[in-house]
Amino acid sequence: MSVSLTINGALRELEVEPRTTLLDALRDEMRLTGTHVGCEHGVCGACTILVDEEPVRACLIFAVQAEGLAITTIEGLAPAPGELSVVQDAFCEMHGMQCGFCTPGMILTAHALLKGNPDPTREEIVTAISANICRCTGYGQIIEAIQLAAQRLAGSNMPEGSL
Amino acid sequence: MSAPSSFRYISKPRRVVEDRRFVVGKGHYAGDISAEGMLHVALVASTHPAARIISIDASAALALPGVHKVLTGAEFAEGCEPLMNGLETPAVKRYPLAVGATRYMGEWIAAVVADTRAIAEDAAELVEVTYEPLPFVIGAEEAYDPASPPVHPGHGSNVLLDKTFHWGPVEEDFARSEHQLKYRVVWGRNATVPIETFAVLASWDPWRNVMDVWASIQMPKFADQIARALRLPMTSVRVHQDVDVGGSYGVKRGIKHTVLVAHLARLLNRPVRLIEDRLENMRGGDMHGPDRIFDVELAFNGDGVINAMKMRALDNVGAYAGRAPFQLGKPIGAIVGPYKINSVRYQAIAVTSNKAVEEAVRGFGQAPTNYAIETGVDLVAEKLGLDRIELRRRNFIRADEFPYLIPSGTSYDSGDYHAVVDKVLAHAGYAELITERDRLRAEGMLAGIGVASCLEPSGGNSSFEPLLNEKNTTTTWMESVRINVDALGTVTAAIHTTSSGQGHETLVSTVVGEVLQIDPDKIQVVRPDSIASLPGNSPVGSRMAIMMGGAAFHAAGKLKAKLFKIAAHIFGCAPEALTYESGVVSGAGHTLSWMELVTICHRHFHQLPADTEPGLEATHVFQVPTGVALPKDGRVQMYPCHSFEFHLVLVVIDPIIGKPELRRYVIGHDCGTVINPHIVKGMTLGGIAHGIGAALLEEFVYDEQGQMMSQSFMDYLLPSSHEVPHVEIVHHCTPSPFTVFGQKGSGESGYLGAPAAVSGAINDALRPLGIRMSKLPIRISALSDAVAAATDANQV
Amino acid sequence: MKAARFDYHCAGSVAEACQALASHEDARLIAGGQTLVPMMAMRLARPALLVDIARLSELRTIEAHGGELVTGACVRQAQAERDPLVRAHAPLLARALPFVGHAPTRNRGTLGGSIANADPAAEIPLVLVTLSGSVDVRQGDVSAQVAASDLFEGPMMTLLAPTACITAVRFPVWEQQRIGTGFVEVSARQSDYAYVCAAAQVALDADGTVLRCALGIGGATAVPTRLSDVAQALTGRSVTLELARAALAPAIAALDIMVDAHASRDYRRRVALRFAEQALMAACADATAQAAGARS
Repeated sequence: MSVSLTINGALRELEVEPRTTLLDALRDEMRLTGTHVGCEHGVCGACTILVDEEPVRACLIFAVQAEGLAITTIEGLAPAPGELSVVQDAFCEMHGMQCGFCTPGMILTAHALLKGNPDPTREEIVTAISANICRCTGYGQIIEAIQLAAQRLAGSNMPEGSL
Repeated sequence: MSAPSSFRYISKPRRVVEDRRFVVGKGHYAGDISAEGMLHVALVASTHPAARIISIDASAALALPGVHKVLTGAEFAEGCEPLMNGLETPAVKRYPLAVGATRYMGEWIAAVVADTRAIAEDAAELVEVTYEPLPFVIGAEEAYDPASPPVHPGHGSNVLLDKTFHWGPVEEDFARSEHQLKYRVVWGRNATVPIETFAVLASWDPWRNVMDVWASIQMPKFADQIARALRLPMTSVRVHQDVDVGGSYGVKRGIKHTVLVAHLARLLNRPVRLIEDRLENMRGGDMHGPDRIFDVELAFNGDGVINAMKMRALDNVGAYAGRAPFQLGKPIGAIVGPYKINSVRYQAIAVTSNKAVEEAVRGFGQAPTNYAIETGVDLVAEKLGLDRIELRRRNFIRADEFPYLIPSGTSYDSGDYHAVVDKVLAHAGYAELITERDRLRAEGMLAGIGVASCLEPSGGNSSFEPLLNEKNTTTTWMESVRINVDALGTVTAAIHTTSSGQGHETLVSTVVGEVLQIDPDKIQVVRPDSIASLPGNSPVGSRMAIMMGGAAFHAAGKLKAKLFKIAAHIFGCAPEALTYESGVVSGAGHTLSWMELVTICHRHFHQLPADTEPGLEATHVFQVPTGVALPKDGRVQMYPCHSFEFHLVLVVIDPIIGKPELRRYVIGHDCGTVINPHIVKGMTLGGIAHGIGAALLEEFVYDEQGQMMSQSFMDYLLPSSHEVPHVEIVHHCTPSPFTVFGQKGSGESGYLGAPAAVSGAINDALRPLGIRMSKLPIRISALSDAVAAATDANQV
Repeated sequence: MKAARFDYHCAGSVAEACQALASHEDARLIAGGQTLVPMMAMRLARPALLVDIARLSELRTIEAHGGELVTGACVRQAQAERDPLVRAHAPLLARALPFVGHAPTRNRGTLGGSIANADPAAEIPLVLVTLSGSVDVRQGDVSAQVAASDLFEGPMMTLLAPTACITAVRFPVWEQQRIGTGFVEVSARQSDYAYVCAAAQVALDADGTVLRCALGIGGATAVPTRLSDVAQALTGRSVTLELARAALAPAIAALDIMVDAHASRDYRRRVALRFAEQALMAACADATAQAAGARS
């Protein structure tokens, strides 16, 4: 079946079997391999993407269900080649990762959180990332990275909501 | 060795260079790699814990469009060698696919190769396997019983290893001790379960005779094992090491996966990829960790000094041998923990059972052993009515007693356990913590404080191999770094392993930068493929800060020495008269800049001293410090360095709900000189999270029918951010005398003590009720049920 | 872990969806898919035809009328969580929704989907049963309303035929001014399916006397259980912990409690009692804290 959807701002046409998940379509058809496969049953959060700027699990959507959706993957966050977003830079600054496998999902989750809640409490951060399992870090430096990103965004002269 | 304050780059909170690619989704994982014409594999999994395979009918599967091959174990075994065994158990043969019989539920029976993974799964469902069920055994004690059905009848029993060591006058020490106690603790089968499953792509080039392999691997001697199994020369196995690995912590061994896929690639002359799905990974990925019953006896004086220990460790390694039994051997290097226990009797038993195969997991058996020891120390304190920390202090090796030789033959390098504990107690406010616990108890809650003081042996070698298997005489356990300075003066360091989050590029660039006084961010770190690589043993045994750091240090030192030799020749002075500052060599009134030196090396052969090779390159193959000798009288020097960690935990439990809440978590950590503080912090926090999982949530459960009950993430519970508390880290630094900067290992930290500490806290909370939980994980329903039973009993 | 092959039909109307459902023996509806897709990935569910109703705008409305809050079956859980009408008219639903899965699954999962799935530990079915709500069901050309008390038959089982489609979910709106809610649950990890959960909604008068009370237990029994007798016993009284406990103890003791690998029967019973108390007391405290008419 053919599906058209917007990915990282560009309209894309896809030809997929109905059983192809959006996750597999992103990775295999569009070669957007930053969205990772962890469990394929909706628990680990490694495949987190943004649909209409809210985090969802790409393994729990068939690509055919995504007709017309606006999707952001990790490849869509960096403002320019070689240039990191505030959230991405904060993850580097605090080393909010080790193996990097859960990282794209974590960063997209953090991105969505800060867009809706620019000054989250620690508890709100914990709740937001509780949908994403990290086996390396024990979450401490991820939480610190999101706190740092919030702090930097608050101190920046970017227009609100332009994260 | 320099004082930490004099470092330029070491111990500084520098960014981890690998992170930059990860945050933009540009990591390069095995599952991201594809090849033209690639085929996909799905596995047919055994539905029986033990059965003879009567027949495999693949006709319906092969009839499905897009299916290329259904490979059975019997067919595989005709063309390949069995996988390597650690112990001398020749009748325990292991192949990637079951041959003749299946020995655990989930074992791979056949491999289906198809155009897509989905078609391969469709076809796998159509493969008809006829089984004749056989008797099976699941529990370790049952398997140890000679009457149990042997998993490998040719081997004769389920016992792979049963070896008893006597270190020191155990019986005499027991006889002279005022008190004795015995206890049993059980470590449930868990693993580190990385979020990335095992993925491998293999491609055979018949014109070059090269098997290219991209795999999410963390394994020593990986290419060797592939070559042996496939009967290829090692020059024909090219493992690409510039692959990012999505977590491992020991388990990403994947040898059976790789050999299978490589064989298929050769057979079909097409690139073949297997990305385990989560079910294949959990039930048949051969990545479960230790599954262990400890029976321990301690002999001690009235003042709390522990004189002797008898420990029986019975490990259920599952259906095949592999390296798992060695996980009973590595803890021998720290069998007394941080304590001056005079003598030890240690019986190490590994049995086969009809469970999935056990593999190396973070700490290689040390975390369960630490849990067993720490539980005992708590019990001694309880029996004597002493404070658990005071008891530990009385038994700790003192700072002035290092190097300290423990009964089993390892000399501990350095440490100051008392100082670390003091720091933690001061930081946490131990008296206030006790007050808080008692206040919570007065409110009707169960509240407890847990402590664990544990060692992290580091700088991994394989001394446990010759110790447990006399035919194995391996003492070499090296790591290599090569540094090349190009004609434009920029520096590239080559490392010869994959990484799974340890930040080795950061490690090596920091060390080389430190020695050469060059900004580490300007140093490129590359990973040649296995054919182009120097020897190494991969990041196991908490070794890379010591070993790769050591190799990088010495390689950089050789490079610097060459510059000195050249400058001395040109200046006409002795090398000793020269000084080095940020790449500039000065002496005898002359100066040569970095670029001048580089130019001499690369372009001005006429300026080089005699017997000097052109170019500017240095290589160092570094052997584990302390050498490593073969064992003698059942004793051996295991790892060279010993990091120390002290955990202090406050847990609160509603007696009805039974859910432990970790209200405070403080760890004191001493891993010597820290090379990158971000990395060490992450390892510590991540290890604690693993340990919390092992203590409270994670277990591969088998039911009485031998079926695995925790095959998905719905049932195997990984801690989320809700379950891992904020952890406060208290640092201490006792440099190791055996390493180039005084560094020790930290890759296993946290995990080695957290299960003991969390368990200890829960048992402290339960102490007023007169009960304790002695099996991990401690599940909330079981905890609440035990509390209810005790409360009822107390009321009667 | 790839789903077995299936055909996909994106329905243009409820009638079309029902037709499609009836056209094929193994047809199934999909809305959010947050439970169905993993089941399909593991091939524990293998419909031949998937009929997608998530895009039907008539199933995505939220309205309050006729003494009920009526939501379309395909209202996303996250949408309901944010909706002011839900907060005003079905405060117990609003209280329970943050406990449903995680934010990413709530961004896709629907109210109707969770109800149709009938997991005994699921929060939305518990709220529906506790509040004595109902669902609108369409089967072929026939529309019907099914009370929550009749809907759930057992774990993952409803009385609905495979060809039926839930179109709307109805939560009774309480007309009282001071309404409070309480919701508690436990599982080994926060946000997992609950071993036990409890929901309570109470309306108090100015003196703290219970005007109306609804109380339910989930996770512990094969279907969500409304504790009507307890609610009735407490109505007209001023609730104290002792009073609640006295009313609850026999009611919980009489329940047919489930057991599984995660939690024993005794555990669930003890916790059900504790949680019912906690939910009730929390609801009363919440109602007491509401200044009359100030709920928004």
